[in-house]
Order: sequence, then C-alpha cells, then structure tokens
Amino acid sequence: MTDQIAAKQLMDPASRDKEKRKKARKNFWTAMLFMLPAIAIIGFFLFYPMFKTLYFSFFVVNSRGDTISFAGLSNYLYLWESSSFRTSMKATFLFALYTVPTTIIVSLFLAVITNEKVRGIPFFRVAFSSTLGVSVAAGATIWLILLHPSVGVFNNLLAGIGFDRIGWLTSSTWALISVSITTIWMNLGFNFIILLGGLQNISEELYESARVDGAGYWTQLFKITIPLLSPTLFFVSVVTIINSFQSFGQVDILTGGGPNNSTNLIVYSIYREAFESGFFGTASAQAMILFALVLILTIIQFKFVEKKVHYQ
Amino acid sequence: MMRKVIIYILLIISAFLITFPVLYAVSASFMTTQEINRGALLPSSISFDNYVRAFTSVPLFHFLMNSFIVAFGVMVAQLIICSLAAYAIVFIPFKGAKVMFFLFVSTLLIPWEAAFLTNYITILDFGWVDTYTGLMVPFFATAFGIFLMRQQFMTLPKELWESAQMEGCSHFRFFLSFAMPLSKPILSALGIFAFLTTWNMYLWPLLLTNNDDVRTVQIGLKMMISAETGTNWNVVMAGVVMVLLPTLILLVLGLSHLKRGLTQGAIKG
Repeated sequence: MTDQIAAKQLMDPASRDKEKRKKARKNFWTAMLFMLPAIAIIGFFLFYPMFKTLYFSFFVVNSRGDTISFAGLSNYLYLWESSSFRTSMKATFLFALYTVPTTIIVSLFLAVITNEKVRGIPFFRVAFSSTLGVSVAAGATIWLILLHPSVGVFNNLLAGIGFDRIGWLTSSTWALISVSITTIWMNLGFNFIILLGGLQNISEELYESARVDGAGYWTQLFKITIPLLSPTLFFVSVVTIINSFQSFGQVDILTGGGPNNSTNLIVYSIYREAFESGFFGTASAQAMILFALVLILTIIQFKFVEKKVHYQ
Repeated sequence: MMRKVIIYILLIISAFLITFPVLYAVSASFMTTQEINRGALLPSSISFDNYVRAFTSVPLFHFLMNSFIVAFGVMVAQLIICSLAAYAIVFIPFKGAKVMFFLFVSTLLIPWEAAFLTNYITILDFGWVDTYTGLMVPFFATAFGIFLMRQQFMTLPKELWESAQMEGCSHFRFFLSFAMPLSKPILSALGIFAFLTTWNMYLWPLLLTNNDDVRTVQIGLKMMISAETGTNWNVVMAGVVMVLLPTLILLVLGLSHLKRGLTQGAIKG
C-alpha cells in the first residue's frame, strides 16, 4: 500500500495525468455498465415510444403499427373538428376539477386528525391508507355494486329516506360524478400517506413556541401547518392532477365511456380509437395531446406555484 | 378533554366512511343473492359457497398466480436495476452523471398512458403478447425507483467507499456488500411499492392478455363481472376480496416502511 503511494509521488506530472485519464475512462465504462439495464428499459419503453408516437401522429397507421400513408396534420385537424373528441376533453377537464381539489382537501383533513397524539392512532392510519392497496379494478367493481340502480347501497339509502333512485352510472349528468367519487376514494390512501409524512416532518418546537405565544388550534393550523406543508401539498397536487389525466380502469369497469361519451376520459378515448376503431394514427395524435397536457401542467405548476411555496 | 372527544368522533366517522366500501365487499361476499337484492348490509349466516363459486366460474387461482409471478418479477428486477443505476450516479465519478440523472428523472414527465400505443406495437413485433415477459419487462426500471435509491445512496458516507477502495474493493462488490445491505429500509419501501403497483396494473394486462394463460387477476375480475352478468354480485364480491387480500395484508405489514420511502421521495425532492 505505502509502496503504491510512494510510487505515485515519484511519477512525473505527464504520466500522472495519463493515469488520471485512464481512471476517468475506466469509471465512465463502469458507470455505463451499471446503468445499462435502466438505460435500455427506460430508453426503449419510454423515450423511444414518445418519438414513435409523435411520428405515428402524422400518419395513417393500422392496428399492426404499419404506416399506410403520410397524413400531415390531418389527424390533429380531425380531432379539432371531432365533436366526440371535444366531449372527451371536456370530460377530462371536468373530471380533474371534480377529483383533484376534493382529494387533496379530504386527505389533508385525514392527515391532520391522525397527526394528533391520541390512543389508537396506528389503527386509523392503516384504515385511512388502506385504499392504496385497493386496485383500480377491485375498487371500481365494489363501486359498481354500491352505485347499482336497484340493489346498490346508495339508492337503497335514498329510497329509504324518501328520495327518487338515481341512475348513478346511466344518466349523463351523474355518470362523471360517480366515476369521480370512486376515483377520489381510491386516491385518498396515497395522498394521505404523503401528507401525513409531511406533517410529521414539521418540528414540534414550532408548535410549542406558538402555544407559548398563545396561538390557538386554528392559528397553528393556518400559520404553521399549512405554510410549512406547502412543498408537500405542491407535490401532491401535481401528482394528483397527472393521475387524474391518466385514469382508465374505473371508466372501463364502471361506464365504458358512456352514456353519450360523458365519461370518455382521454386515455379511454385513446384506447377506443386504437383498439376498437383501429385508428392508431389519430390515437397517437390524442396521446401526444395527453403528453403535452401533462408537460404543460407540470411546467406551469413549477413556475407559478413553487414561488409561493415555503421551504423550511 | 373536549378536544379529544371531537378528534375521536371525527376519526371514527372518517374511518367508517373510508373503509365502508371494502367492508361492504367482504360482507356481500358472504351473502346470498336474495340478501344482496334485498339490500341487506350483513349476511344472515357465514358460508364460503360464493368463494367456491368464484374459484370455479373463472380460473381465479390461476389468475392470482399469474399476478403474483408478474408482480414479484417486476419487484425484484426494479430493486436491482434501479439500485444499480442510482449507485453509478452517486458513487462512480464520471462525466455526464448529472445529465444521466436528469434524463432519468425527466421521464417522470412522460405519462405511460401516452406511450402505451407504441409499446403495444413493440410487444406485438417481439411476439411477446400473452407472455409474462411482455407483461413485466417494460416496468423493470422506473424514474421513481432510480430517484428514490439515489436519495438513499446520497445519505451513505462517501468515506465508506474510499476506505473500501483502499482495501481493493471493486464497485460491484461494494454495491453488493455495503450499499445494498445498508439501504434495506428504502429497498423494502420500493419493493412494496413496485409489488403493489404491478399487482394493481390494469390497462397493460388488458391489452396484452387474450387468453387465460397469463391473464392477471385484475382482468379476471372484469371477466367475472361479465360472466356473472350482474345477477351474482356475491360471487363477484368474493372475487374482489381475493384480489384485495394480498395487497391489503402487504400494506398493513409494510405501511411504516412504505410511508418512510414515499415521504422521502416526495419531500426531499
């Protein structure tokens, strides 16, 4: 060992430089070897498809992925003029509006009440995060029966207190709301866990000194908890919006996009265009619109919301 | 005192509302068809007939095994592949480490739902439709996993590697015998998360499984709904309970790990 160090000190600057470069090269190839599997998978199944989808969106493509003819912008123009695509976009935005704020407010409420020091809290934490373990298929199937027109619990309850039964999944006014309720319920678990983690990161001393200054429960909540939680709230809102744009399974099981396309959310619309109608070109154009939406939303959030976020 | 009472009331009402759908599913899975149609909330007697039927009306056990194989495979592969990549970024000084990290993380912006069309064509070209390979391989590496493991490896002291290097330890050996064992809590968080998300996957197996051979249990549920044509909700609910059981158990056992892992990813990001 000491011999090695001595040898290095004896070396002239030129060969030391060479040694250094050799080591850098060796490090580079070792690093590449370590990253190779990840680069291959992510490159092949995420980067490449994005470019390929963009390419497809300018062509007429059949369901085996063969480009039939160049289409220019006509796939996009077709979507622009298609009333069913417009309905689907409207449903997608409405769905985000129905689900995102409610999910965040309810899970914040749950996180705040389980951050109290009372007995039995672990039990409640498990209960509130349980929907994280509920798959979209299982969750939607449960709600399919809860919202069932004749045997569903919801309608039985309504009938019991003298109201008319509602066609939760068959009326175009209610279907999107029903899918939204299901989605909010399914997303609570994840958001609850993240927000609770954020709450527990806030130091207890802050609350203690606030109490010494005579701050009450609500003052503490709005002057300490919410501002200090804002980075986590920011993260949660980005993720929840993106998730809402990606919803698929609950639509497939609950409504199949109907009635009258009122729940034909964008991913479902892409799926139908490609796998029911066999138009991969227009489906790709829709996928690019979804990609652009997610990208723009994330950038806007980073630009405008992050400025207002407090960091500890 | 008053405050504690209010908190308990809120906790109990919320817990009831949130767990109600799952509790109802469990309860309905023991009911007779008449009881469900009558709108009963609890079964009059406990019988496992519906479960027997659920396992015979569709090959439910086979579907559960398929889901298990796929979820377990993805979990193991993600743990290894994401950790390897994160290790290189943190411990191996090389030109472009920052760029690589940025490239990996930027894929968080690519929604899988915008890429699945082309991926479907790729799988079709490879002849991977109706195979475990097709169901698993696209999910072997995720930006989230790499990000999480990077955050974890950054907390390990650099001196550890320096002294190991003095002893002639290679990067690969250091990775296996130090970096990984020291990261067990985060590895379990990532593992649980990978297992849960893969087990719960819906769109991809829906596209990729045309027969019962490799069909996962989530798609099996959809089959059950149409097979039982809505009249035998009790059997469908028995199926739902069988799908939920593994993930709910995993969640209860691993909640503290999972919370730490997810929080680390969310807050330090």
